[in-house]
Amino acid sequence: MAQPGWRDAPSPPDFSLLKRLARDQLIYLLEQLPGKKDLFIEGDLMSPLDRIANVTTLKQHEVDKLYKVEHKPIVSTSDQLCFLIRPRVATVKWVSDVVNSDKAAGRFRRYKIIFCPQKFYVCDAVLEEEGVYGDVTTDSWHFYLLPLDEDIISMELPEFFRENFLEGDQRWVETAGNALHLLHSLYGPFSKVFGMGRCAKMAYESWRELQEESEQKSRRADIGTVFLVDRDVDYVTPLCSQVVYEGLVDDIFRIKCGSVEFGPEVTSSDKSVKVMLNSEDKVFSEIRNEHFSNVFSFLSQKARNLQTAYDKRRGMDIQQMKTFVSEELKGLKQEHRLLSLHIGASESIMKKKTKQDFQELLKTEHSLLEGFEVREAIAYIEEHISRQVSMVESLRLLCLLSLTENGLLPKDYRALKSQYLQSYGVEHLLTFANLRQLGVLVEQQPGETLTVMESKVGKLVNDKTAGKLTDAFSSLAKKSNFRALSKKLALVPKSDEEYDLRVPKDMAYIFSGAYVPLSCRLVEQVLERNGWTGLEEVTRMINRHEFAVGAGGGGPEGGEKTDAQRVILVMFLGGCTYSEIAALRFLGRERGLKFIVVTTAITNSGRLLEALLDH
Amino acid sequence: MNKGKAEEDDYWHSSKYSAFTFDDDDYDFTKLKESQRAVNSIRGLVEDDCEDDEDVEKVSWSGEPVGSILWGVKETASSLRTSGDTQNHGFPKIQHNPPLPRQSSGYSLSSLFKGKVSASAQSSLPDTSMRVYAPELRKPRSEYKDYDSDWNSEETIRRISHNSNVITAVLIFLKRTLSKAILFRELAEREVALRHFIHLLKETGEQRILVELLKKLGRMEDMALLQYKEHISIKDENQRKDFLKTCLSLPFSPDDSTHVQDHYMLLERQIIIEANDKRTDTEIFKKHPRKASILNMPIITTLYYSCFYHYGESEGTFSSPANIRKTFRISEKQYFLTALGARAKLKQWSDVDRLCNTTNWLGYTKKKSPIGFQRVVEILHKNGAPLQVLQDYMSLVDNTEVRVSLAQKFKCHDIVINTYKELKDRQQLIVYQSKLERGSPEYQVIDELIHSLNIRWKN
Repeated sequence: MAQPGWRDAPSPPDFSLLKRLARDQLIYLLEQLPGKKDLFIEGDLMSPLDRIANVTTLKQHEVDKLYKVEHKPIVSTSDQLCFLIRPRVATVKWVSDVVNSDKAAGRFRRYKIIFCPQKFYVCDAVLEEEGVYGDVTTDSWHFYLLPLDEDIISMELPEFFRENFLEGDQRWVETAGNALHLLHSLYGPFSKVFGMGRCAKMAYESWRELQEESEQKSRRADIGTVFLVDRDVDYVTPLCSQVVYEGLVDDIFRIKCGSVEFGPEVTSSDKSVKVMLNSEDKVFSEIRNEHFSNVFSFLSQKARNLQTAYDKRRGMDIQQMKTFVSEELKGLKQEHRLLSLHIGASESIMKKKTKQDFQELLKTEHSLLEGFEVREAIAYIEEHISRQVSMVESLRLLCLLSLTENGLLPKDYRALKSQYLQSYGVEHLLTFANLRQLGVLVEQQPGETLTVMESKVGKLVNDKTAGKLTDAFSSLAKKSNFRALSKKLALVPKSDEEYDLRVPKDMAYIFSGAYVPLSCRLVEQVLERNGWTGLEEVTRMINRHEFAVGAGGGGPEGGEKTDAQRVILVMFLGGCTYSEIAALRFLGRERGLKFIVVTTAITNSGRLLEALLDH
Repeated sequence: MNKGKAEEDDYWHSSKYSAFTFDDDDYDFTKLKESQRAVNSIRGLVEDDCEDDEDVEKVSWSGEPVGSILWGVKETASSLRTSGDTQNHGFPKIQHNPPLPRQSSGYSLSSLFKGKVSASAQSSLPDTSMRVYAPELRKPRSEYKDYDSDWNSEETIRRISHNSNVITAVLIFLKRTLSKAILFRELAEREVALRHFIHLLKETGEQRILVELLKKLGRMEDMALLQYKEHISIKDENQRKDFLKTCLSLPFSPDDSTHVQDHYMLLERQIIIEANDKRTDTEIFKKHPRKASILNMPIITTLYYSCFYHYGESEGTFSSPANIRKTFRISEKQYFLTALGARAKLKQWSDVDRLCNTTNWLGYTKKKSPIGFQRVVEILHKNGAPLQVLQDYMSLVDNTEVRVSLAQKFKCHDIVINTYKELKDRQQLIVYQSKLERGSPEYQVIDELIHSLNIRWKN
């Protein structure tokens, strides 16, 4: 749909290597416990494991039975137990319980824990405290990176978000550093690294240290530039309703590890179907990045073409028919199956969205993004809450309101919070405390008037002093500064212009032309300037922590870029959405670049907010 | 997708935000349905020989692709179910295998610190297990002269840099060795280490120390919330209620304090209501059996329940809507909305009337709605209100445009006709008539109207 770039974007490097490495290491680890063994797998590791190995692979290495970790007493009769788990205290405690109950029953077995992707110190401490440290052997399976598609790699660590940004536990930063190190040694050397955010900085440092320790091999780079982005730089984007097809499918059906389960309402039969959603699905790959309103015409066109192709059979002689069956039919059938699924999905999306009055909802979101008719938006949110419409949706709107308005007026905050607790349960006090801690749903402090003063002072004294002042203030409370950022970076296009969603002119198309995602705009701006020069005001508003390494003196780069320089890896720490990926793909097509997205997990507004509930 | 081609959906591009609608009767939705039909019509052709298609994934009965990990796990689970409990509960098995060599302990952190080294830990200083976490910790002790001579906790915590794993390791060690007073004091000044420590305690479930720590740090609200959180894990409602009562004295912020008070009173009340209603078999409960217990439901749900089952009870009872409304300071708007929903659901239209009636000081009754009559009509329609009831409320919608569109949507012809008459809009009446069935009563009414000489039409 994009204007063709001045040069075609280079093709992405082959990431299947990552899968092979992970599989080989797993096999190696399983072989460390020779003989027959039962394997217990942590629930959220099952799908990632499925993408790189299957039961046959495991059986070949003497895995007898497979169990899911359920934190209950076990029923295995095997003499050897292997646990493939995440480094979580609760799971390690459960393994200790298993060992201890065997001991109590006088039963002897060998135990091996394989931590994925790495072991934490606290795991050993638990084993020690439970008195089983000497009874188990431990290992780490460095399965850091799972390629979900040719341009998406996931670390499959959804807990990264809460633990890092809410709890302030930086244990996963090192993991991110390790993942970068792996990518660097396989697809690097990277010549430039840009970053924004505290965590990004630490991940970079962690990687750099590994880099210094290991020897440099010279190879031709596949990926030249790396961009590290903290999720907390931009919470607005993941909290907006998604309207590109892939994002909508994720919002409604929840894509898991690149695969989605379509229920009977989609398949129009009595069973559910699991489908892989990636570039190999020829129907999906053409609609995934499209605004939903374009999807219908595309699907109906496809359906008509398919009909025509089938109709060709009529009037064929035997020989033609034979050729048709052997050459075309299979392809047509495959296409038919996919087409029918995506039409079913679109229909189901339509039904659900009509029911919840999606149009009104989008209007409210757009008002908030524009900062226009905010009182009406608040009234809408209020009604949403008092009607007890979806608990997470209401929370999402409240957060969007707070982020775009730099906090709620104290009286609004009190009223809306009371209403929310009445409608959805008083225990959400805890949720509100978490949201405040994270800075996504806050009350404007009386001191906020300082912002006005601060900008006045900023004009009087030089920039440096103003910067210091801002730092002092921003340490008091984390502000989103959305309105100012939006103005500075032109995130909200002028509303009086028409926006042709079929021929998008910028990344705003992913939100119906109403908003350019902040995260992606920052990536675009920094790449354009080859650094942060000229963005000083912006970096001050995103709480600093920006960096650029190996970018030379800054300023736009002249001359032709090599292919590797045009392959850009963007790593989201804390998750990214399919809409952001669609925006980057658009940017890539426009600029002749290839973006590879690495994320700690695919997220959306639902996942992000659910991670902050305390139940 | 075909971009240059002029598609039939030019419709979309006429304006910016209205480009994308989710209305039922939308053009593209119809088109989508057509595509669905088209695809379905050729389904027969394809499906008869689907079985031999090697493209089609083999899927087991559980819906998982055969050979996948999920499938494997389900296989195990189902074989366990079918084979019953065949595992041996009998005598412990005789050991054939020699025991595994014991791994040495990770206590070696202590080797860092003078005077704290236990003999066993020193002898088994595990070179390998420490390497991963804290490279600096496996250096020979002689390199730690600074510690040997004058170790202090402050220095140690200062040394904790960016490596989170080292932070945790040191924290665990310090927790085991230092007195709490000293540990807390040191942590107070180090936000990063402190947050790690708090998370560690949360993870390991050491609530008591955590509460103590927050208290020591003067973070009273955090402490209160943390203690309040415990109620979630208490399943028995009476125990939970008692626990909430103990929370009332916690140092919450003033607002939260009110909320927690509400929580306690709500559960207390729910327990009483539940105990009564469980064995009540009055008509309303027979006609509309309860689908779930009211315990632990939000305030608004409880109000709805009370408007549904206990409407009209005197304010003195715990279960009466009036009492709940008053106790939990429910706004007029919220009360109206909830009560309306409940009474409409029961098709008690007279209750709906009474809910809307207000009497002024002269004794006239007038209908009022804090949520606007448009919403009232929508709620009534959703609950299948008869035409007359709908019309009564529709006529109260002030905005004529809104009124007409509502009336058209719900097919209240009288309202449409009267409104146009009121507006003296003859043209619109004629347009509307053209949509009606010829000869129907409504058609006749309009016919008479547009030919009437008594009305001064504006067009």
